[in-house]
Amino acid sequence: MFIIDYIKDIFKGLKSLLTGMRVTGYYFTHHKEIITEQYPDNRATLKMADRFRGEVVMIHDENNEHACTGCSACELACPNGTIKIINKFELNAEGKKKKAIDTFIYHLELCTMCNLCVVACPTDTIKMEPNFEHSVYDRSKLTKVLNRPGSKIKAGVE
Amino acid sequence: MFEELGTTAEGDMLINIGPQHPATHGVLHLVMTLNGETIKKTEPHLGYIHRSIEKMCESLTYRQFVYVTSRMDYLSSHINNHGCSLAVEKAMQIEVPERAQVIRVIMDELTRIASHELWWGAMAMDLGAFTPFFYSFRERETITDIMEETCGARLTMNYICPGGVMMDLHPDFQKRVKSFISLFKSKFDEYNELVTGNIIFQNRMKGVGVLSKEDAISYGCTGPTARGSGVSSDIRKLYPYEVYSKVQFDEVLETGGDSFSRYMVRINEMLQSIKIIEQLIDNIPEGEFQAKTKAVLKLPKGEFYQRVETARGELGIYIVSEGGTTPHRIKFRSPGFSNLSALGHMVKGSKIGDLVATMGTLDLVIPDIDR
Ligand code: SF4
Ligand code: SF4
Repeated sequence: MFIIDYIKDIFKGLKSLLTGMRVTGYYFTHHKEIITEQYPDNRATLKMADRFRGEVVMIHDENNEHACTGCSACELACPNGTIKIINKFELNAEGKKKKAIDTFIYHLELCTMCNLCVVACPTDTIKMEPNFEHSVYDRSKLTKVLNRPGSKIKAGVE
Repeated sequence: MFEELGTTAEGDMLINIGPQHPATHGVLHLVMTLNGETIKKTEPHLGYIHRSIEKMCESLTYRQFVYVTSRMDYLSSHINNHGCSLAVEKAMQIEVPERAQVIRVIMDELTRIASHELWWGAMAMDLGAFTPFFYSFRERETITDIMEETCGARLTMNYICPGGVMMDLHPDFQKRVKSFISLFKSKFDEYNELVTGNIIFQNRMKGVGVLSKEDAISYGCTGPTARGSGVSSDIRKLYPYEVYSKVQFDEVLETGGDSFSRYMVRINEMLQSIKIIEQLIDNIPEGEFQAKTKAVLKLPKGEFYQRVETARGELGIYIVSEGGTTPHRIKFRSPGFSNLSALGHMVKGSKIGDLVATMGTLDLVIPDIDR
């Protein structure tokens, strides 16, 4: 009886193996089912989701103007000190002193892409970009200034 | 603590498995005492990926500390965020809008499926079957794409926040989830054909790593590990949160207590998650996705506890607040830690080859154990 059970087991094992191999065989012969993406060869056609969080950028319009008031809400919201806001005082049209952003320092190497700064910003100045290719040869290149040179605050933003 | 490796006086062999071993899925370090091939003792050594998350949370505000928890059990990041948000909401008595509740539960269940898919592929790979990994990742990829579209990240989401969710759903969300459900259902039989029905696989799993019901309770096992031993431990059923009390689903229970039972629990849990999503996906109520909350959250003085069911078991979040903007102390009760503690008992007296079959079905995520 032992021998018969043993042989039965072998055939059962073979059958279950063949059942599994049927799945493998199916994909071997159906090339339409291939889902592999050939990155980086497909870079030109690669489309990331719009909301993908790759890095923080500041929105500038065509006149090189942004909406940042220098309120530091993003700096306070950030859990790991990625953002540093340096303010300056400008004279406005009426000759009054007014706080304005001088440098918006962003340490990409520290950023965890948690989106808290974007949520905290009262004027929707900063947003997330889906760019994810961040490798550079020198670490210092990852420290960025987000407000473009010569940019200034939009009129009417408080 | 670290005994000298080599041969002991009784002729037993002390060997290291890990911290760099493919079967340990990370940096788990097991010091094993072997007599020939028979395991006499298993001692997990932890601490290789300790980031002191609990201590870190003490210096973060109640909005900030949520994102760190994505990095504990990174395969159920949504559920970790969910638990933390629930704890904060419970303390502040924030009423979460219905829409946000439904979105959160759908996200949790998608995460659970994604996590179980990864476990299924990785476990089959531990046992020497390489291709299942690709099949499971094919379906998992669909979920991560859905997440990427709505939450903006693939692994560490930080989407569920105190008060609701961070952003509204993507317009395509419902359509894509529905197409995922039909894709998953059509591919699910393949999983069973490839692995579950395989005799070699069954022989390696059945009767291996047996954990009795009493031991599962006394070791504090939760999640599929406990349910494989017949312990009813689903927090979604026992202490329902959000809309779990309104949806129909079964708690999957197996009574064998061996590796195969735990395997079957996880496989069938995926179907239950699909069932929950199906009930909710067409009934997402309109309205706000976030409650109105202050920019800086301040918890009242006191102690708050909230538990949620992650893909691996019960996650408990215990907050001690002194009334400020940062917690005085935070403690996470992670499911992986208790489940791992039962490993030594489960594999005692079995052969070393069975260790992998047992460890695979515990679904260990080491950053969850170490924090
Ligand atoms: S995404 Fe998070 S970590 Fe990065 S700058 Fe914003 S708040 Fe800081
Ligand atoms: S980016 Fe927004 S939050 Fe940050 S300083 Fe400027 S206005 Fe304030």
